[in-house]
Amino acid sequence: MTTDNVLIKVDNLCKSFGDTEVLKGINAEIDKGDVMVVIGASGSGKSTFLRCLNLLEEPTSGSIYFEGVDITDFSIDINIHRQKMGMVFQQFNLFPHMTVLRNLTLGPMKLLKQTKEEAEANAMRLLDRVGLADRANAYPSQLSGGQKQRIAIVRALAMNPDVMLFDEPTSALDPEMVGEVLEVMKQLARDGMTMVVVTHEMGFAREVGTDIVFVDEGVIVEQGPPSEFFENPKSPRLREFLSKVL
Amino acid sequence: MDFFESIAQSFTKTFITDDRWLQLLSGLGVTVLITLVAAAIGIVLGFLIAMVRSTYDMQLQGRKCMKPSDYVLKVLNFICNFYITVIRGTPVVIQLMIMYFIVFASSREGIVAAFLSFGMNSAAYVAEIVRSGIMSIDKGQFEASRSIGFNYRDTMLYIIIPQAFKNILPALGNEFIVLVKETSVAGYVALQDLTYVGNMIRSRTYEAFFPLITVALIYLIIVLILSFLLKKLERRLRNSDH
Repeated sequence: MTTDNVLIKVDNLCKSFGDTEVLKGINAEIDKGDVMVVIGASGSGKSTFLRCLNLLEEPTSGSIYFEGVDITDFSIDINIHRQKMGMVFQQFNLFPHMTVLRNLTLGPMKLLKQTKEEAEANAMRLLDRVGLADRANAYPSQLSGGQKQRIAIVRALAMNPDVMLFDEPTSALDPEMVGEVLEVMKQLARDGMTMVVVTHEMGFAREVGTDIVFVDEGVIVEQGPPSEFFENPKSPRLREFLSKVL
Repeated sequence: MDFFESIAQSFTKTFITDDRWLQLLSGLGVTVLITLVAAAIGIVLGFLIAMVRSTYDMQLQGRKCMKPSDYVLKVLNFICNFYITVIRGTPVVIQLMIMYFIVFASSREGIVAAFLSFGMNSAAYVAEIVRSGIMSIDKGQFEASRSIGFNYRDTMLYIIIPQAFKNILPALGNEFIVLVKETSVAGYVALQDLTYVGNMIRSRTYEAFFPLITVALIYLIIVLILSFLLKKLERRLRNSDH
């Protein structure tokens, strides 16, 4: 069904909200180690596409294969597969009633059955990696936006995912905090993490992306490696979009 | 001097003669007992109803049923809705009398009828309070938890309910303050609660002032204690995060 290297395969994915067709047949393959960057105007369906990948939105039709398993099949336990797909949101969505450390250890302890010591040691190692080890006992409301998003990234990483999904991770940040979050994401890409990133950060796409996807009106209009994609856009719609954002 | 003497006499008749202060005390006991048991029933049943209603709201509203469990949820939601409508739409004293004179017609267990009807009445209000608390939590919290891999139940347990509980505590406290005072109609089913005893002393002694004012003060003190405890709990929960 899939070759060894394909991590996610999206097959004719459609999604409607009521009468509004948001996705009209998306086909895509994400290989292990790929950094797929999804760009497009707001309302183009790029976020919906990303949210379908871990079934936060239930596709209306089509299939999504993750590690060879069709996760749109009702009979599978989606919770098992979601553990392997980390997700980072625009609004961070840290748990405000828990300390940073608890945010990181809850999933590993309850779902991966790690002991408290194991989970906390792992969490501290991750926090250290993003330079926030000293905030382990703080509550989310005591952190800046950039700090919250870095915590959200390592919270997802604490589950040891095979892929990381980013839904406009820097869009809600003050401009001076965008850099610190992108830096963490770049580091992650360098370490070989498979990533799907919905973003407006063209610099990031060009530098880190291995596969750039332009979504417009619910379909993939153009797709390619960053060099070709940005230097030599073929479709007029992409040219128009790039002329506005670059 | 005459005036003070008559006050002393009223006081004696109300509290001392026939050990009436003991009757008031036992009335207070009945009131507290009914309130506590009814509150426990109200919390448990109310939470269950709220779970059904909010699960339906979040997972099925505006969608078609696809799994067998969806149909079960739909039926449960309908029953809960019906329950809340009926309970909130009728006076508690009528519910109490239906329970006593119809449901418990053969045994005439007044205290059990009171436990059940005040408990079931409170549950309807608690259910709506809890549901509003759950629905007030940002959808992102739910999505973040699900995307980590938690199932619906664990998401509720670890993420949604702890946050919702803090938000609804004032409303929940208010509901129990109302409940304490609502039990004052327990006399309708031959229970000798605080209100009933006060009124009985009034009719025996022809003294209205002391019995009624005393009963009012006792209710006030119960409510004050309850408010104090709630405020303390609220402050504790607020301090646990920021």
